[in-house]
Amino acid sequence: MEILSFALRRIGRLIVTVFLISTIIFFVIRIIPGDPALVIAGMDASAEDIAAIRAKIGTDRPIMVQYFDWLWRVLRFDFGTSLTSGQPVTQLILERFPLTLSLALLGIVIGIVIAVPLGILSAVRRWSGWDYFGMAFSQIGMAIPSFWLGILLLLLLAVRVRLFPLFGVGSFRHLVLPSVALGLARAAILLRLTRASMIEELSKEYVITARSKGLTERMVKYKHALRNGLLPVVTIAGIQLGYMLGGAIIIEQVFSLPGLGRLFLFGVYQRDFPLIQGGVIFVALVFSLINFLVDILYSVLNPRIRIR
Amino acid sequence: MATKETTAATGKQALLEIRGLDIVFELGRDSAGPNGGSRVSAHPLRGIDLTMASGEVHSLVGESGSGKTVTATSVIGLLPMPPARILGGEILFEGRNLVGLPESERRKIRGREIAMVFQEPAKYLNPALRVGEQIIEMLILHMDLTRKQAEARALEILELVELQGGRRILRSYPHELSGGMKQRVMIAMAISCDPDLLIADEPTTALDVTLQLQILRLILELKARLDMGILFISHDLGVVHDISERVSVIYAGKIVESARKERLFANPLHPYTLLLLASIPEASRRGKPLRAIPGSVPDAEHIPPGCAFHPRCPLAEDICRTQVPPSLEYREGTQALPPAEARTVTLDESHTAACHMIGKKWLSL
Repeated sequence: MEILSFALRRIGRLIVTVFLISTIIFFVIRIIPGDPALVIAGMDASAEDIAAIRAKIGTDRPIMVQYFDWLWRVLRFDFGTSLTSGQPVTQLILERFPLTLSLALLGIVIGIVIAVPLGILSAVRRWSGWDYFGMAFSQIGMAIPSFWLGILLLLLLAVRVRLFPLFGVGSFRHLVLPSVALGLARAAILLRLTRASMIEELSKEYVITARSKGLTERMVKYKHALRNGLLPVVTIAGIQLGYMLGGAIIIEQVFSLPGLGRLFLFGVYQRDFPLIQGGVIFVALVFSLINFLVDILYSVLNPRIRIR
Repeated sequence: MATKETTAATGKQALLEIRGLDIVFELGRDSAGPNGGSRVSAHPLRGIDLTMASGEVHSLVGESGSGKTVTATSVIGLLPMPPARILGGEILFEGRNLVGLPESERRKIRGREIAMVFQEPAKYLNPALRVGEQIIEMLILHMDLTRKQAEARALEILELVELQGGRRILRSYPHELSGGMKQRVMIAMAISCDPDLLIADEPTTALDVTLQLQILRLILELKARLDMGILFISHDLGVVHDISERVSVIYAGKIVESARKERLFANPLHPYTLLLLASIPEASRRGKPLRAIPGSVPDAEHIPPGCAFHPRCPLAEDICRTQVPPSLEYREGTQALPPAEARTVTLDESHTAACHMIGKKWLSL
């Protein structure tokens, strides 16, 4: 019951958020220079051609008319058709989403699998070899730009040793290198966070109580402290996942992957208004959904948080 | 054997006997020194002697920073080493020296034979675990119970600490309980394995006055019912007077006086004890300013030579500034017993104090 009313309120908030974001983006893309009709018509089109295109895509109408027309369609889940490809925006997004989703999920899983155990180890054996290794890994991971890491991975594991395909999609093997490149960058941040959070929890008073009860060090650390120590990690990993679900432009570019990031980037280049608008709404929806799931997970882990 | 001697003298086995416990904290090097820095160390316990009979409520009284908590922590075996290092002394628990015992052995004693209740239950309970789990995990670990048996036992324990609500309490998280209830949960955890010694480190300081009374009464009831000794750590002489059988006064890492409560309150021998007693607010002195002892406890990094209390002591003479006063046994008057006779004094009768001036000078307040 609690969860249901929580969900309803979140949906209400989501609608407001999406409305505000899409309104802002609607006007912003029309204010920034660049006319889609000019892009479509090409360099040497005549003034009549351009006017005809404008009339066809509806950008000749007053901006408020365009806005309310668009809003009315959105209310009926009609996001229009792409100006460049002529396909429905919904279809374009849904075609690309599975790739982005698998990339993001694999990326966050790789990030967590590396970061959490290493972070815990670093915290529990502070100033040990593991800790220095973890810190160095994290420092380097944060400093390396992901495009460079991606190119490096390609050179080593696709060109030098032909373990993985150089580009393209179609199999799990195609996803490995880009996910690793994405995951390592997430891991760098999550590792630091896990370590800091565990160190903090291990210094709390309830840890003294746990020890005074004669619990084994394993129980003290992995039952009592870890439970609390993972809370911030869950939040940040959730945000990272939501962020990646909007598409990973650079990694998609490096690995020539047809994901959402490149689709939206292309939309911006082409001043493809419906595609940009639809994309923004989609990203906002996905992000909110992930946040909602993270909040529920968080409230399960942290009894002090009552979802309201 | 030293242990046997005590046993013979007191007629019963001492529950806890701390002898000459000497602990330093090594805090690293001082970078500002001339030869690349001198070692910085603190000396929180400088030879603590304390004997507790089983089933006794023994209060350890002192100002903040006097070494009360370090004593308690070393008895339960939770001193972080390093920085702490035990230079010498013994902690005999039921005749067994805990100092130098491997951690695996000490762990089996913690929670099972020696348990501890802390000052602020809100901080000392795990916020993410249900109250029931925090009690049950101990029972499973120490008492070899199944989860089901442990749960049943936990319900009995909740009744023992007068927490109504049974299963509902077991299912709740600490933040769902009031401060008094949380402290009852702490106590429930501590007594769950029927320990012989309960260390209570200012268990009522964080509670409001009405709750303090309830919790103290509960602790005394449990003590009688479960026959545990209680090492009660406090700075509140009012509370100490209400619940103790024996009181030891600690100052700068040394016990300066120890006696049965009645005797200590009626006939204090050490000027520090007297000044402490005089600083208890009394209804009859209403309206007059509270007496306070000028100055403060020296920090453990800078203990004055001689008697550590001399800088604050109105009686101090030259000898106090250079020679550490020995702890001597006193009977009726202010004449210390000769060593041979002192050894025959029973624990019950024992009244020790460490001051050069006893019998020579006295404070009139």
